[in-house]
Amino acid sequence: MTNEELQACLTGEFPKAEITLGKQYVEMVVQAEDLHETSAKLKALPTLSFDYLICLTGVDYPEKMQIVYHLESIQHRHVLVLKTNTADRLDPKVDTVSDVWQTAKYHEREVYDLLGVKFNNHTDLRRLFLDDTWGFPLRKDYKDEVRIVER
Amino acid sequence: MGVKSKKEFEANDYPILAEYEGGSIVLAKLDDLLNWSRANSLWPLTFGTRCCAIEFMAVGASRHDMSRFGMEVARATPRQADLIIISGTINYKMAPVLKRLYDQMADPKYVVAMGGCAVSGGPFFYNSYAVVKGADHVIPVDVYIPGCPPRPEALLYGMLQLHKKIKRQRYFSRKQNKNTPQP
Amino acid sequence: MSETKEIIISSDKIHTDEYLVNMGPQHPSTHGVLRLLVRLEGEVVHNIQPHVGYIHSGIEKMCEALTYPQLIHLTDRMDYLSAHMNNEAVCLLVENALQVEVPERVKYIRTIMDELSRLASHQLWWCVMGMDLGALTTFFYGLRDREHILDIFEETCGARMTVNYNLPGGLMFDIHPNFQKRVKDFIKEFRTKLPEYDRLLTGNVIFRQRTDEIGYLSLEDAIAWGVTGPSGRGSGFSCDVRKYNPYSAYPLVQFEEKLDTKGDTFTRYRLRMEEMRESLHIIEQLIDNIPEGDYAVKMKAVVKLPEGEFYQRVETARGEFGVYVVSDGKKNPYRVKFRSPGFSNLFALNKMAAGHKIADLVAIMSTLDLVIPDIDR
Repeated sequence: MTNEELQACLTGEFPKAEITLGKQYVEMVVQAEDLHETSAKLKALPTLSFDYLICLTGVDYPEKMQIVYHLESIQHRHVLVLKTNTADRLDPKVDTVSDVWQTAKYHEREVYDLLGVKFNNHTDLRRLFLDDTWGFPLRKDYKDEVRIVER
Repeated sequence: MGVKSKKEFEANDYPILAEYEGGSIVLAKLDDLLNWSRANSLWPLTFGTRCCAIEFMAVGASRHDMSRFGMEVARATPRQADLIIISGTINYKMAPVLKRLYDQMADPKYVVAMGGCAVSGGPFFYNSYAVVKGADHVIPVDVYIPGCPPRPEALLYGMLQLHKKIKRQRYFSRKQNKNTPQP
Repeated sequence: MSETKEIIISSDKIHTDEYLVNMGPQHPSTHGVLRLLVRLEGEVVHNIQPHVGYIHSGIEKMCEALTYPQLIHLTDRMDYLSAHMNNEAVCLLVENALQVEVPERVKYIRTIMDELSRLASHQLWWCVMGMDLGALTTFFYGLRDREHILDIFEETCGARMTVNYNLPGGLMFDIHPNFQKRVKDFIKEFRTKLPEYDRLLTGNVIFRQRTDEIGYLSLEDAIAWGVTGPSGRGSGFSCDVRKYNPYSAYPLVQFEEKLDTKGDTFTRYRLRMEEMRESLHIIEQLIDNIPEGDYAVKMKAVVKLPEGEFYQRVETARGEFGVYVVSDGKKNPYRVKFRSPGFSNLFALNKMAAGHKIADLVAIMSTLDLVIPDIDR
């Protein structure tokens, strides 16, 4: 499907989400409570069938934490960018999608490790690269006088 | 035949004193013999973290052959190796592992820091929170080879410098000063 | 005789414990610093837990303090065997975001360099695969031929492995006058060497017994775990970015995407050998027709991307590599994320190796073609 057709189809299926046409792909923003249900539906519907999770990213904005999912359908070859926000920066919690796309299990561990976002119902939420006493380096307010040599 | 003076002896490393049918008598310093045998059969540990490990493998391959220097036997266990070539970045999670590997090696052991990352942190010096800025913060290093990654010829030059350093060691002689390298 | 019969019957009642083996960060077969905690029962693997992070250098955080041309030099230290393709991903992202059209000459040269990088990476994979299974000869054969490609890189780009030849807007300098002749000579010579590789490993009885029917990955699992590249194509997952989202000169060449549904170790091995032949075919189509023109477009001195988000995908030797940039209009990016193929490929290892012996685990890991700095960034 082209981007416009995809946008029309999604607006019909998910009335509560904000669907815009970005520069490259269609972007869809959902609330954190609807995330799991939306993901399961995106994978299950035969016209959409987003079964390949390309990339899971966490971004730290000044007033919110955003998780970005790049999804692709192997059957129809269309790409969607799904985003969800959480306003709580001290202890952000988002639902996990690792039962929908298994590869998310380790991507979410990486986001937890580097940004501190916890995922509800995740089977094994541990830190991946760093050890437990480290802070969360990818946050914008991470300061480390000992290790980082600023330039 | 025979050595007349101390100066003449020190000018020739291995003077041949007498030749017979079954062989010859050679006079040499035991230190020189030890250093020669240690330098020409350094067995490295297979330790490579980043891109420099591929250049180390290229040195072991057929074009730049490290077997000419006696080093082709790369041991996988530190207990049987006498040289560790740190080729790649060391970060805070890997540093205790490196220290443990160094401790498991038996004396005399030598360390070569290959590549920018092992010498000083390299391209990851500025703004990185996880990289140790130089492997010599963890273990003592004998030879530094700069480059990113250094050419295989640069690694072989570093090996020759290490040979020179080994040949300056003195184990039996009482004449050691502060410049004599200790293994 | 009756006593031996009793011993054989009672051996079923021997109590065995599960044994935990640590294939530690320093290991000759893990292709880098990867730690695997393997739970064994006898020789059979029950569960594998990979521990990564031993080469994590914080590249994504470093990129937030660098400008776009500067962060190209960090991308080729991640997956250092396909350094050219990683550089190209960032350059394409910047060019598409600023809507800069590069000359045709640049596209052709970038594609030829891509395919040469892919060949060099597959050659190194082949020689290390043989070495892991005990055939040390393949190490010397593969690296001998790889040196010819590295000579070509050194003459044109200046460096053997971490080539920083791409810039946003084109290339750093024009190709060397010897380039076309050298590449054509290399192709002719390598075509005589590939049958040697087949005689050494592909037709080898011991190799076939160690890799046939080992490490099965089904199509649903490959898509669910995001296993791309030749490892995923061996299970039938058609994910070649060069075909479905083509870039540079790929729309102009004819090549086949090699797929198979058997999903075992030998299939992944065979697909990489066929990909080497396809790469030679692609280079042959392009090498004689490089158009004349500039080698770069004049860009502004300070590269500032417009506000918004951009994602660029390329096909490296391991799979799909992606760069995701969130830009706020300044000269440094706000957030850079690298989608590395090794990250997704590694964590499907548990699925593939459970139930096999520990010696098969080494064979499976070497067909996945992992480069650990790619996983850890």
